[in-house]
Amino acid sequence: MTAPLDRRAWLRGALATTVSVLAAACDRVAGSPRVNSTLEGAETLTRSSHGLIVGRAALAREYPASAISPDFRANGTTNPDSEAYQALASGQFRDWRLEIGGLVDTPLSLSLADLQAAPARSQITRHDCVEGWSSIAQWRGARLGPLLQRARLKPQARYIAFFCADALELTLDGTGDYYETIAVADAFHPQTILAYEMNGRPLPVAHGAPIRLRLERQLGYKMAKYVMRIEAIADFSKLGRGKGGYWEDRGYQWYAGI
Amino acid sequence: MRADQPASGGRLLVYRHPAFVRVAHWINALSVAVLLLSGLQILCAHPAFYWGDVARFAHPAAAISSRQADNGDPLGILTLGRFKFDTTGVLGVSKGPDDQRQVRAFPRWATLPAELDLGAGRRWHFFFAWLLALNGAAYLALGLIGGRLKRELIPTGRQLAGVWATLRDHLRLRFPHGEEARRYNVLQKLAYLSVVLGLLPLMVFTGLCMSPALDARFHVLTMLVGGRQSARTLHFLAAGAIVMFALVHIGMVLAAGPLNQLRSMTTGWFALKPDRTSS
Repeated sequence: MTAPLDRRAWLRGALATTVSVLAAACDRVAGSPRVNSTLEGAETLTRSSHGLIVGRAALAREYPASAISPDFRANGTTNPDSEAYQALASGQFRDWRLEIGGLVDTPLSLSLADLQAAPARSQITRHDCVEGWSSIAQWRGARLGPLLQRARLKPQARYIAFFCADALELTLDGTGDYYETIAVADAFHPQTILAYEMNGRPLPVAHGAPIRLRLERQLGYKMAKYVMRIEAIADFSKLGRGKGGYWEDRGYQWYAGI
Repeated sequence: MRADQPASGGRLLVYRHPAFVRVAHWINALSVAVLLLSGLQILCAHPAFYWGDVARFAHPAAAISSRQADNGDPLGILTLGRFKFDTTGVLGVSKGPDDQRQVRAFPRWATLPAELDLGAGRRWHFFFAWLLALNGAAYLALGLIGGRLKRELIPTGRQLAGVWATLRDHLRLRFPHGEEARRYNVLQKLAYLSVVLGLLPLMVFTGLCMSPALDARFHVLTMLVGGRQSARTLHFLAAGAIVMFALVHIGMVLAAGPLNQLRSMTTGWFALKPDRTSS
């Protein structure tokens, strides 16, 4: 009478062993750098095919005010804990300055009032998080393109880098500080704005006060919050861990249009 | 088409699948497997579903979550509409790398990679999504140009009329023999047709609908399925349907003679047993 039970136990054991050997093999393959760089090849394919199909000018869909989400979630940092940021926040960002520099002819230092006086755009758009959820909000902010024109980009500038007030991970070398980089062409897209207003009110701290980037045709992690400094750069290999952003340094795709 | 070859035991070897079908089949099988596991990895980042364009976090159509039991242990919970189920061990809470209970939507054995890593999951998913789409496009192009898709996969009127009888035979695991086994029967045709022209294209389509870049250009298509979150929910439901198909498909292969079936999908040659009625 024990024989079928033994056989069942043996089968179960064999199955468990097979599964764990397969899983270990999978993990080995998944961890290999060569496999990873092959998989990353698809990102180039995605980016260039999107460039071809979508084009530079296509606008992200804009929604009516009735579509605005009452429960827009705030991800990542929701209140930077540095003393410098807290001091700025308690003064309603009157002492905050946005530095625009790097590969430009005329570096700018702008107050919040300066930004609010710059060419602006208001849009009600859908925010798509890399996690999978979406929410809709109204954003108003200074268009990045005219600001960069005012700063006069040098011809070598290929990317625009955003340096933020928040550190998502505490590190000694500063690689845990949030930063992002985007292509110059995307910086000049009409919907790319430095938003200081959300749903008709000053941008809340949880959503990146005093300004956050809106890059409507890509995922949320590209849209840096708490932006303090903007730099035009020729390449981003020297920033952070060299992949072009805080999350990119931790394995996310630099091109986040998918 | 290659000529039939007689084989031992009165069997007849027939050339069942041309090379392009065999290559496409195995690339497809590999892609679907990787896409399923990496898809579940991606889903771990936000295991909740909604209809429409946006999330309503407090009222998901379905969600996997966890909460702490009275004794402090985490419990996995599946929410379907108004109903809640304890799914500890599989959904919501399952064994971590050190055999400790870990809060994660799907268990380690069901995700690629095993540990929670959204970036890596997306890398695997998009690479194999490209492979699946290009492979599928090549298969459909070759199948349509040569007329093979129509010849092999569209059921004849006579087959459709006999669909219930065929279903009854299948449920009794009585499969066609001899000349009848040269072609797909009506159930095979309908199943394969709904996968290659229905579910797989729906997967690619709803997947593309989730891209914010493509949505900027083609948001009419996203609206066609009810919005981005609807596309995401349909993407998951269609994946579930493909899993169901794969389970039945593999079960049928095992029941109908796995060696012969595997040989025909690998070398192209399928052995027909002598037809009892005609011999």
